[in-house]
Amino acid sequence: MTESTIPLSMIAHGRSGDKGNHANVAIIAYTPAGYSWLKEHVTSDKVKRFFANLGVTSVERFELDNLMALQFLMRNALGGGASQSLRSDSQGKTLALALLNMEIPKPENIFDKRRQIES
Amino acid sequence: MKSIRIGNGCGFWGDSVDAPLRLVETGNIDYLTLEYLAELTMSILALQKQKDPSRGYAHDFVQQIERLAPSLHNQPKLRIITNAGGMNPVGCANHVRQVLDQSGLANRKIGIVTGDDIFPDIDRLHRDGQALINLDTGEEFNTIRDRLVSANVYLGSHPIVDALQQGSDIVITGRVADASLTVAPAIAEFQWRTDNWHCLSAATVAGHLIECGAQVTGGLWPHWQETDLANVGYPIAIMAENGTFQITKPAGTGGVVNLETVTEQLLYEIGDPKAYLTPDVVADFTTLKLEQTGKDLVTVSNCQGHPATTSYKVSMAFRNGFMSSGTLLIYGNNAAEKAQACGEIILRRLANAGIHFDRSYIECLGAGSCVPIQSPRNDLDEVVLRVAVHDSDRKKVERFTRELAPLVTSGPPGVTGYTGGRPSVREVFAYWPTLIAKDAIIPKVQIL
Repeated sequence: MTESTIPLSMIAHGRSGDKGNHANVAIIAYTPAGYSWLKEHVTSDKVKRFFANLGVTSVERFELDNLMALQFLMRNALGGGASQSLRSDSQGKTLALALLNMEIPKPENIFDKRRQIES
Repeated sequence: MKSIRIGNGCGFWGDSVDAPLRLVETGNIDYLTLEYLAELTMSILALQKQKDPSRGYAHDFVQQIERLAPSLHNQPKLRIITNAGGMNPVGCANHVRQVLDQSGLANRKIGIVTGDDIFPDIDRLHRDGQALINLDTGEEFNTIRDRLVSANVYLGSHPIVDALQQGSDIVITGRVADASLTVAPAIAEFQWRTDNWHCLSAATVAGHLIECGAQVTGGLWPHWQETDLANVGYPIAIMAENGTFQITKPAGTGGVVNLETVTEQLLYEIGDPKAYLTPDVVADFTTLKLEQTGKDLVTVSNCQGHPATTSYKVSMAFRNGFMSSGTLLIYGNNAAEKAQACGEIILRRLANAGIHFDRSYIECLGAGSCVPIQSPRNDLDEVVLRVAVHDSDRKKVERFTRELAPLVTSGPPGVTGYTGGRPSVREVFAYWPTLIAKDAIIPKVQIL
């Protein structure tokens, strides 16, 4: 983290899994303000560059405004998928946590984007 | 308004042994669903059945029925729906029948759903115009025909509804869409029309949310430290006649049901959220509304759906060579660099013996190999070296499994952890997703 960036995990949570040889990574904002920041700064291009070493051929981004969530379909991300990938994580279970460590620009107001702890 | 409580006590074959009984004892449920079949489980079951025609199903389910028998006496209205039948739903049902009869439950009816296994008819279907092209890659079916091991249609909820309406207490299926295990009881109870797309969509979303067991009740949640996963409760969908539903879990259990856990699971392993395809409906995830309406209680409303497509998805598996992977623990300064070198020594020794693999892969676990997006860390004193290979020639893969141990004496210092014996060789059953016209398939229901 630099002074001008924050890890994505500061304003979002997520989950990932497999669809054959494709991976799906969902990133969910904690607040509406955070969701706007996500939409602006977590683009499919950026996600594709972040996971370039995995051999991802394309990344498609879907927006779910009703859930304050972005869903990324990462094609051919899993080295053959559960049946024949040589990787330890053949099902992409860890990819969401990896993406949540990605650095994104730091907003001026972080407080309306962080997780609001329930009482 | 009328509602039913559907609990899911098993998210995959190998899930918690205790969850089904706990859910039945503490969940006050009307229906228990148990899901056993991952994408490639069927190919393993197909080979089991080839060797022994009485096998080929999830035997764990029979053991669960033994454990649940006393509860089934106390809760005579509880119904169980499972895909444990795998490649042999009739064999599974026969075994369950024996257990029920021996447990004083001879009056319970078992419904059996078959018709998903199209392997015996595959050539006729292909000749009749079903292209069976790989949905992901566009490859032609002919390229794998002679290596095909299994081919199963994902059936929908309708044959399960049929079995329930014929009075089944337990319904055993082969391959069906996971969500259909939940959709079926809702249709059976509420008499929804087959074109009531919004209600079918709602039940599909409910099924999708509970099908992976504890993943919606705290499992995989990034804030898992805030709850007690050791005592995690399994999920219950409370489905109402009007197509709204709630997700909850039994009181007194660990885990949590909140907007975070439900949203995460909603988006788990989906493609286009506007078109979640099942045999029953095309569900749209972009209109629904989630609300926290109580402790461990999330209400889901405004689910919208569109007419189901005219195809079933088919999951096929074909033989595609052999794989093996082995690990060694590497200790000492610059452990990651040393581990990488050890992996390369193993592969070079094999190459010197004339053995080259179709694919090989070296991981330095602990140094960043699991998600290899950055250069490996080299400030570590220990990492696990993992080497994996894949080849069409079994003999070459077997030779690989003998090449790890020698490194303990003929490699750098600090190589250890070779205590598990030689790694095993496994045959690869590769996944071939495709589609088939619905009118080419006839689901069957029988009662035992």
